[in-house]
Order: sequence, then C-alpha cells, then structure tokens
Amino acid sequence: MTRISRLFKEKGKDILSVYFSSGYPTVDSAPRIIKALSDAGVDMIEIGIPFSDPLADGPVIQRSNSIALKNGISQKLLFEQIKDIRKVTDIPLVLMGYINCAMQFGFENLCKKAVEIGIDGIILPDLPVDEYNAEYRPIVEKYGLDFIHLITPETSDERIRKIDEASSGFVYMVSSAGTTGAQNSFGQSKQDYFKRIKAMNLKNPTLVGFGVSNHETFRAAADNSCGAIVGSQFIKELDANPTIEDAVNSLIKKIKG
Amino acid sequence: MKNYEVSKDGYYGEFGGSYIPEILHKVVYDLQEQYEAIMNSKDFKEEFHALLKDYVGRPSPLYYASRLSEKYGCKIYLKREDLNHTGAHKINNSLGQILLAKRMGKTRIICETGAGQHGVATATACALMNLPCVVYMGATDVERQKPNVERMKMLGATVVPVQSGNKTLKDACNEAIRDWCCNPRDTFYIIGSTMGPHPYPEMVARMQSVISEEIKWQIKEKEGRDYPDYLMACIGGGSNAAGTIYHYKGDERVNIVLAEAGGLGVETGETAASLNIGTVGILHGSKMYVMQTEDGQIIEPYSISAGLDYPGVGPMHCQMFKEGRSKVLPITDQEALDAAFELTKLEGIIPALESAHALALLPRMKDKFKKDDVVVLTVSGRGDKDMQTYLKHIKN
Repeated sequence: MTRISRLFKEKGKDILSVYFSSGYPTVDSAPRIIKALSDAGVDMIEIGIPFSDPLADGPVIQRSNSIALKNGISQKLLFEQIKDIRKVTDIPLVLMGYINCAMQFGFENLCKKAVEIGIDGIILPDLPVDEYNAEYRPIVEKYGLDFIHLITPETSDERIRKIDEASSGFVYMVSSAGTTGAQNSFGQSKQDYFKRIKAMNLKNPTLVGFGVSNHETFRAAADNSCGAIVGSQFIKELDANPTIEDAVNSLIKKIKG
Repeated sequence: MKNYEVSKDGYYGEFGGSYIPEILHKVVYDLQEQYEAIMNSKDFKEEFHALLKDYVGRPSPLYYASRLSEKYGCKIYLKREDLNHTGAHKINNSLGQILLAKRMGKTRIICETGAGQHGVATATACALMNLPCVVYMGATDVERQKPNVERMKMLGATVVPVQSGNKTLKDACNEAIRDWCCNPRDTFYIIGSTMGPHPYPEMVARMQSVISEEIKWQIKEKEGRDYPDYLMACIGGGSNAAGTIYHYKGDERVNIVLAEAGGLGVETGETAASLNIGTVGILHGSKMYVMQTEDGQIIEPYSISAGLDYPGVGPMHCQMFKEGRSKVLPITDQEALDAAFELTKLEGIIPALESAHALALLPRMKDKFKKDDVVVLTVSGRGDKDMQTYLKHIKN
C-alpha cells in the first residue's frame, strides 16, 4: 500500500494537503518547506514543479512559478535538493507540474527519479485521461506510483467513472470552473456538486482543491469529501510571514479555525 | 501520396492532440463533435459565403506583380489578403468561427491577438453579430500596435493588456485559455491561428482554405493550369500559410516555401524561428515544435513582427516540415523591412510586417527560379498598423 492510500485508510477525513512551488521564495526552499509542513502536522504535500506557462493557475501561483524560475529552479535541481527527504519525513509526497516539463525530463525518467526519492504520486493537470491511458499509464504502473486525475463541475458522470478508474491514491475534485486561487466561500451550487460526487461512491477517495483558503471553505470541502488541498493561500502566507515556519503556522490557524 | 490530413483524434503524424485542463474537456469535446457537421451544413455554408463575398470583399484579387516578377526572373502573383475588410486574412476565420459559436448557443466571445489583426477581425465579427468581445493582448503588443487597439475599442471590444511573460502573443493565449477555464459554458474562444487543442488547428485551416480554393481557379484563369510552381507565405502560428497551401498539401508539383520570423538571426537567440530551432513539446493544448529549454520551459520569442512573435507552430505545419513537404526559412527583421520597402517602391503596396517576411523569401529563392515558374505569394495583411515601425526604419 502506498503512503497515500495508507493516509486515506487510516485517517480518512479532514485531510489537509498543501501545495507549494519549488524554488520559491528562494531557490533552495523546498526541503525546509517540506519539513515545516510535516512537523506542523499537515497530512500530505504537493511539490509544485514550476512551468513558464501554467495554464491552470491563477495569478498567485503564476507569480510564484515565475519567480522560482528566475531563482534558477529546474527539475534536476529540485530532485537533487530533496534526494534525502525520506530521512526527514514519512509524509505522503506528490509532484504537481505540467506535461511539457515532464515530457522534456522524460516521463519514464521522472517516474524513476520519483521512486528513487520516495515520492508517492504525480499530478499533471493538462494531461487528459485519454492521453494518459494511451501512453503514460503503463509507465506509472510499472513504477508503482499513484497518478491523480482531476474532475470538475463540467465533467460528466460517465467521464468521472473513467477518470476514477484511471486514478489511484485519490481523485482531485476541482471546486469550480476556474484556475487556482483563493476564494472566501463556497456557495450552494458548489456544495451540491460536492454532494453529487460523494453520492457516486467512487473507488478512490476525493480531495477538494482550487479556492480552499480558510476554515469555512475547508469545512465545506471536507464535509463532503476526505479533505482539501490548499495552494495559493499558502503562497500568500509565505509572502506575508517572516519565516517559512511562521507561514505554515499561520496557514494552519486559518484552516483549522 | 503522403497523408497530411488530421486523424480522428486530432493528430497530424505525431503532432497535435488535445492537452487541456479537465475543466475544458466538455466544451472542446462538444466542438470536436459538432464543428464538421455545422461547417458542412447548407445553412452555414450559405451564410459564411455570403459574408465572405459581400462583407469581406472576396474573392481577394490574384495580382500579377510585373515589376517584382521582372526583378526576380519569374512570374509572381500576389494573393491580396491585405485587401480584405479589416486588412488581413484573419477576418475569414473570425467570421466562420462566430457563425459556429452562434449555432452552438454561445453568448460571449474571447480571443487572443498578437499584431492585433485577429483581435480587430474578431471585434468586427462581434459587432456584426452583436456579441460581447474580450480581447487578450500582451502589454508589449498593446504598445507597438496602438492603431489596432484603438480600432478594437471603437468596435466595442474590451482589450485586456496581459502583463505576464514577455507580454506578447504567447502570454495573451495563456490568459485567454484561463478566461475560458473560468467561463466554459457561455464562452466561445475564437483562436486566431492553426494552433490550440484539436479541433482548432484543422478548423482554422478550413476557415482559411478559401484562400487556396480561390488560388486554384484564379491561377487557372491566368496561366491555364490550376497549380503554381511555388506557394509562399509567412508563418507564425500558421493560419495564412495553412489557407494558402490547404488544397495543395498533397500536390507534389507545388513547392511550398514559408518564412518564419528569424528576428535578429537564429544564432542570436533573439528569434521566433520555432520550426528551425524548436523541439517537440506541448504548448497551448497541442504537441508541436516549440522553442524551449532542456527543462521544458518555454523560451520567450522575439520578432519585429508581433504577429509572428510566437514560440510554436501549428501541428499541421510541424508534420509537413518534418516530412520535408514544406521548406521553412527564417527571415530576419532587416530582410523583412527591406522587402517591405521594396514592394512599396516597385508595386505601390505597403505590406504588413508579417507579410514582408514572405516577400523576403524572393531574394532568398532567386537563384532557384526559372523564367516560366509561377509563384503565388500571399500578402496576408496591409501595413497600416506598422507605419510607426516603418517610419523609424525608412531610408532617406
């Protein structure tokens, strides 16, 4: 059983997963951010691989991506920085990036490297499930990694079943039509959508992401799934606080309420 | 004969496909399912052709450029897309797509633009069809193509200057796609070139294929045969080039020579010559040649011409280039400027900077031309929008 599956089996609810952009705020921040999040009791971490043209991201993560690249981060450098991360923490770790970077690194190379380091899963929001099944899935399965696909309010039930079938670890439930970025509340239609998905009884557990920024949005998400993913809000905390540790504490205070 | 047609799932050989965030799957899938049936329907064809004829002013003339022909030692015909309403070939595509959008029940139009020609064409189509229009344009381009920005505003469009990246066409595309992610139900994204996720590359090529359809009968009238020896055009994302060659893709009697933006020269790195220096990658939903680093970061392109300032090329052109069907030469800023001044002086036609790149192919190809060779070169747009740049470089 992977670390991700174990987490969902053992804890199962109110899971908090936090995204950060590697290379931000400074080029070598990744190991320290992972340790701080892990020490503070976060349940899972998404390590962002910055891309120059992040189509699915809102302004906050666009900016952190762009600064990280100016700082000189690359996939090679990131993997060097976190090569011993498993000596520090046993928290589930997921890579999140875009298909072009994965393709240039070599998709199989990426999987191999991930396994070497002890990374548990991969999310690529611009790799649709059909392309994944045709070309990438056998490689992911060969290396025993989890691959997490996204579903959205626009995704039909039939396609959700297909995505669920192709996913392992969990399914990433995008809260709303849009890009990543903090929202203050989730209205009725979003909660209805969360409930509709819950009623489908998917084989994978689900986490809600996009727009989770405070206690209210976290509860709305976690009451209808296994928990939530916070990204943009954490980047904002990194900007607003003097240290990484302060940013983590401030985030957790906001989310836990 | 080699097959350059698109496959059912949107591939030209290894290029193309549909690499988009899941939120866009439904809207793109609906378009894939419906666009052909709509485009083939009698009702669409009639409305589209009527607009192309009476509103755009088609057919665009095929003009025998005698002084240019004399200089280059062959028979040069210019396909005058610059004479279209709004001043470029872009209007063909914008009108076609807006008719499609209306038939699909969409109530809001967005687009990206580089030089502003596609933005103007789309803003025009929106005014005509009474639909709201949001144009994403890199802030750098807003600066260097001011007259077009004013035109779009006068036509009622909202122009959003995009501040990310180099603030050019690539960044405008990113922002338009993000808008689409936020409004997938009511919004139709009119992409201006043969790029983006399937079915856009093929759909845009078909909207522009009226160019080669006309070349076929026009050259027959003038030369007694329905094909030229050479077809020439400039290529950024690839829409006017696709329109120029569409009916001749498989006709090996026709040499296809295209001009991409060399910028200050491909060796300087200040260039937008994506076919000549790019590698296979995925950008804006499509697998194609892109200018990128080893790590997969897109390299900011550079060209004097805002319309060619793009780090990738549509998938159809990638396949044809890879197979050797088309020859693609990088043309520098200076070569393009020289060619623009030459056409102005010899023929009294001020071309757009983009089209000037195609004209700069003539001196490059001069040694290959035989006296009876028939060359058809597409002048994709007129130079009004580039007067600021031309005045800066004018030779006294």
